[in-house]
Amino acid sequence: MTTIDEARAATPRPPVARSFAAILTRDLVVTWRELPAFLTQVVLQPLFILFVFGTVLGDLGYVGGDFGAVLLPGVIALNAFIGGLQNTALPLTLDFSYSREIEDRLLAPLPIWLVAVEKMLFGTVRGLLAGAVMIPLGLLVLPGTEIALASVPPALLVMALGAFVGSAIGMTLGTAVSPRGINTVFAMVLTPLMFTGATQFPWPQLERLPWFQVVCALNPLTYVSEAMRAVMVPQIPHLAFWLCLLVMAVAGAGFAVAGALGFGRRALD
Amino acid sequence: MNAVEVENLTKNYRGNPRAAVDGISFEVRHGEVFGMLGPNGAGKTTTVGVLTTRVRPSGGRVVVEGLDVLREATRARQVLAVVPQRTNLDRSLSIRQVLQCHAAYHAVPRAERRRRADELLERMGLADRAGDRTDRLSGGQAQRVMIARALMHEPRVLFLDEPSGGLDPQSRLFVHERIAELRERGVTVVLTTHQMDEAAKLCDRVAILDHGKVLALDTPGALVRELPGSNTLTLALDSAEGAAAAALAAVETVERVEELPGGRVRLYTSHDPGEVLPTVVKALAGHDLTLAGVEFARLGLEDVFLRLTGRELR
Repeated sequence: MTTIDEARAATPRPPVARSFAAILTRDLVVTWRELPAFLTQVVLQPLFILFVFGTVLGDLGYVGGDFGAVLLPGVIALNAFIGGLQNTALPLTLDFSYSREIEDRLLAPLPIWLVAVEKMLFGTVRGLLAGAVMIPLGLLVLPGTEIALASVPPALLVMALGAFVGSAIGMTLGTAVSPRGINTVFAMVLTPLMFTGATQFPWPQLERLPWFQVVCALNPLTYVSEAMRAVMVPQIPHLAFWLCLLVMAVAGAGFAVAGALGFGRRALD
Repeated sequence: MNAVEVENLTKNYRGNPRAAVDGISFEVRHGEVFGMLGPNGAGKTTTVGVLTTRVRPSGGRVVVEGLDVLREATRARQVLAVVPQRTNLDRSLSIRQVLQCHAAYHAVPRAERRRRADELLERMGLADRAGDRTDRLSGGQAQRVMIARALMHEPRVLFLDEPSGGLDPQSRLFVHERIAELRERGVTVVLTTHQMDEAAKLCDRVAILDHGKVLALDTPGALVRELPGSNTLTLALDSAEGAAAAALAAVETVERVEELPGGRVRLYTSHDPGEVLPTVVKALAGHDLTLAGVEFARLGLEDVFLRLTGRELR
């Protein structure tokens, strides 16, 4: 009988990097082909938020004229974060219950945890797209708002990080919850996340609502919104940029590990 | 080295006290078609799951092409391929893209991917549908695409879980022919089925599984031969029921007598039926019974299966 070592020698080393690239390419190509549908999906809600809260309420005099400057960075952060979260969690629950399409990827010659990393990376790309497309659209809907061209590259970096944190949370949720429960969990998690994430208000000015300030401080989205304000509208009070980056990095890494472990549990019986 | 070696494999699922696979051992030789035959819930799919790195074994050792599927999972995935029971085709892609993407996941170079896809589309009778999306395929077509996909990275061992479940007779025959063809090309094939004729027709050797255990393992022919009383004689008699059975049970070469409706009696014997018949006729004559008709038959794998696994429904 041949030993394991001889068998190892007879089978070439697994082409892990090329396999990873092929899986990511497949996801990107499919997204590219469905780009109009994807953009419609991610753009409509934030567009209406900006229009009603920024333009309409501003014109009616219920909110100050510069509220758009507070809102736009927050909505961009929200869209990147939620975009990453939903685009990771939802396809995953489908994949593991109904369609089983992911099985082909789970049988590819790369470690299972790398398939999870690919899904998070892909969710990050979708979240980044969802955030980035809001810059021109936001400027269009909020005529009075201006952003410096120099703030775009750091804003994209914050979006990418925010989308990654969202994606990692999506991976954790999507693999922890049974497919039947995902709708309930989404309803229970998404709305609180969206409204305690300093999206519609600057966090430092919550001083008069200390309990709410504490709640918001626990939401990773707060740091994405605040970082986005630090970059795009530095004149508005915001948390320190370095602190936001640190929290995003730590939260992203923590959820990514939890998500990859959850993915492993779901992928292998 | 064998293509597959399974030693004392056990699998317990969480929350289920009964083992899904309960200490099974078997080997699959290179180039053979090996069948796992068993009723629903026998542990076939779980065993295939472990062999294909998708299910973690609770105990035992499982080796595919010399690679331990638990410790060398990534490497093992290069030499094996799976055609699952239920379709899991990528619905965002066309048939051709499904094949080429699968090959890309396995790092097959681009030109080679195209060449293999063309060849397999042709072989699987899918060439004229290559551009179709996979969400509108019939069961038989989806099955053919999944077989083509599995072959894109030229695996050494192919696992097919219920390859003809739910297929029409034409598709079934087509799949059977492709499996026979793979055997000729030297690919080792492991398939699960609960269809006896399929196992008897395709497999070099068959393991009969039930309740997570291997009950018997041999060539289909040998399994039938070893069954006590594997030849039958069905006699039609012009007589009162009951009388014949006692008379025939006394015949030495008859192993079992079964009374059938309509005054018929079935005899089971391991001897050649032609050899048994004269003694039977003689015994009948001694009891004033007349023989109106006789029919010979051989038991099949189905009888072996039912004898081993029982008749109750799962």
